[in-house]
Amino acid sequence: MDIYLLEAIINGILLGGVLALLALGLNLIFGVIDVVWIAYADIVMCGMYVIYFLYAEYGVPLPIACLIAIAAMAAFGVVVHLLIIAPVLNSPPINQLLATGGLLFFLQSFATLLFGTDFRNIGVRLPILEIGTIYISFARLIAFGLGLVGAVALYFFLKRTYIGTAIRAIAQDRDIVGLMGVDQRRIYIVTSAIGGALAGLAACLLAMQYDVHPFIGNTFGPVIFMICVLGGLGNMIGGFIAAFIISQIIAIGGYYSNTELSYVLAFTFFIVLMFVRPRGIFAR
Amino acid sequence: MNFVRLSALVGLAILIALPAIIPPYFLHLLIQILIWSFIYTAWALMGRFGFVSFGHGAFMGVGAYVPALLWTYYGLTPWIGIPLGVGLSALLAIIIGYPCFRLKVVGHYFALVTLALSQVVLLSLTAARDITGGSLGFTPRAVGHSWYALQFPEKSYFYAIALLLWLIGLYIWQRLDRGISREALEAISEDEDAAAAVGINVLREKLRVTIISAALTALGGAIYGQYFMYLNPDTVSGIAVSLQIVFAVIAGGVYSLLGPTVGSLLTLSLTEALRVWFGTNFIGAANTIYGILLILCIIFMPQGIVGALRRVPWRRAPPKAVPAE
Repeated sequence: MDIYLLEAIINGILLGGVLALLALGLNLIFGVIDVVWIAYADIVMCGMYVIYFLYAEYGVPLPIACLIAIAAMAAFGVVVHLLIIAPVLNSPPINQLLATGGLLFFLQSFATLLFGTDFRNIGVRLPILEIGTIYISFARLIAFGLGLVGAVALYFFLKRTYIGTAIRAIAQDRDIVGLMGVDQRRIYIVTSAIGGALAGLAACLLAMQYDVHPFIGNTFGPVIFMICVLGGLGNMIGGFIAAFIISQIIAIGGYYSNTELSYVLAFTFFIVLMFVRPRGIFAR
Repeated sequence: MNFVRLSALVGLAILIALPAIIPPYFLHLLIQILIWSFIYTAWALMGRFGFVSFGHGAFMGVGAYVPALLWTYYGLTPWIGIPLGVGLSALLAIIIGYPCFRLKVVGHYFALVTLALSQVVLLSLTAARDITGGSLGFTPRAVGHSWYALQFPEKSYFYAIALLLWLIGLYIWQRLDRGISREALEAISEDEDAAAAVGINVLREKLRVTIISAALTALGGAIYGQYFMYLNPDTVSGIAVSLQIVFAVIAGGVYSLLGPTVGSLLTLSLTEALRVWFGTNFIGAANTIYGILLILCIIFMPQGIVGALRRVPWRRAPPKAVPAE
């Protein structure tokens, strides 16, 4: 096999780890609250700015900066839920989509207003691993590893804790759960916090690989939606697998042509698959 | 009703007389407002029935780029190029719409499929940078004043074209609003299965309104390109344009004839005002305010500005439609 193709495939798998993490967060929120946060990728952008400023401007050590960013995004998730999602919970789904679309507009342009359109890099230089003749970025490897750790931690949280069980129950039947003595509003807030924290974690992983700018959400935001829909909105395992399928298409497509066309390929694949399996690849 | 008709005529007379009075800068602004109003009205044709498309960025992009590219590289007159672009957009609408409506891809799913379409067009335009100039944009070959090339340095020509376009948009909206299709589409947006059960051809109705909406959006994009003589993938296609369309229409009011126009007037005036007052230091200010307004609109007045005004108590309630016997 061509060595560069192999490298592309490995990089695709590594990219898939971060995308899977983001898809998990979005799917969790959709499954539980039944709202699509179209601005999810822009919350990641906010997290990246937090890390950038703490680490590169104020000299806070990177791990602490990351923890602060995760906590800040968790809090931000709660704020978003209380201010924007809660008032439209009973509106038609499309209005909810548009309300978070407003958030997307707001976050992107507010970031432009505050920070300008410069590309900022946190300036962490991680070594490049060399296995045989294949080069693998260490930053991507860490991102992949931490992405998996985050996913597994979320899995155990949902399976083993009381709140996790309540969250899964609400995703199955939101009317009955109330009768079982679960406070839905509290669960929604916890879920939003977890969703925000996952975005914060993804921000840490992405900040090591990419420059921060106000529109970075546009580069991978649509991809995350595509992944969630492919896996079946709300189906976390489906989304997890779909993340790796899409990242492979992007990586291999990028190897044979260029980045834009590989995304065109991925989006076209998505549109076609929607017609073959309108409720996602793993729909029953 | 006479009062409404009279004020419409007076308004139209003022609009026709305007180019003689106002300075070129405001004329330029007005042309933009009219072109965007037309595109917004086209989106509202389907948006009002809850078919929220994020794909109109794609239709506009195709409509704008096809005539410009054909003219620049092959010298093909826009008089043929524009219908080709519009036709291609309509074809795109069929390719996406037919399977979507056939397989009942609705709501979120429809929005996300059309979002993917927007991105496909945006990224294809960017990737074909040898031909389109990529993200740097594309300037069609200019020849000065020419009917053949549909290029007019004097603004008053494009003002007339934009005004005519806008009136056509309103006319089509009105036609749909008063026709039987509207009843059918409203039934479909309530419950597709029930609509099908009473004999409505769901697929045909939805496809027709989607094709009309896409074709008009492409036409708007083409005129936009002819007027500005500069195209950029990010300003005529992609998710950002789709969201801009959706937002302005929601702000103005998706259920009323002049709602999209009010949305366009409001958003473009706001952008210009902020740009003039604050200069380029506050480059994101306008969109920041839009974002907040959009969220507030959705939460407090989902009917839009025009819709909200209509419910003010001192206004007479609009006459109820007489149910057909």
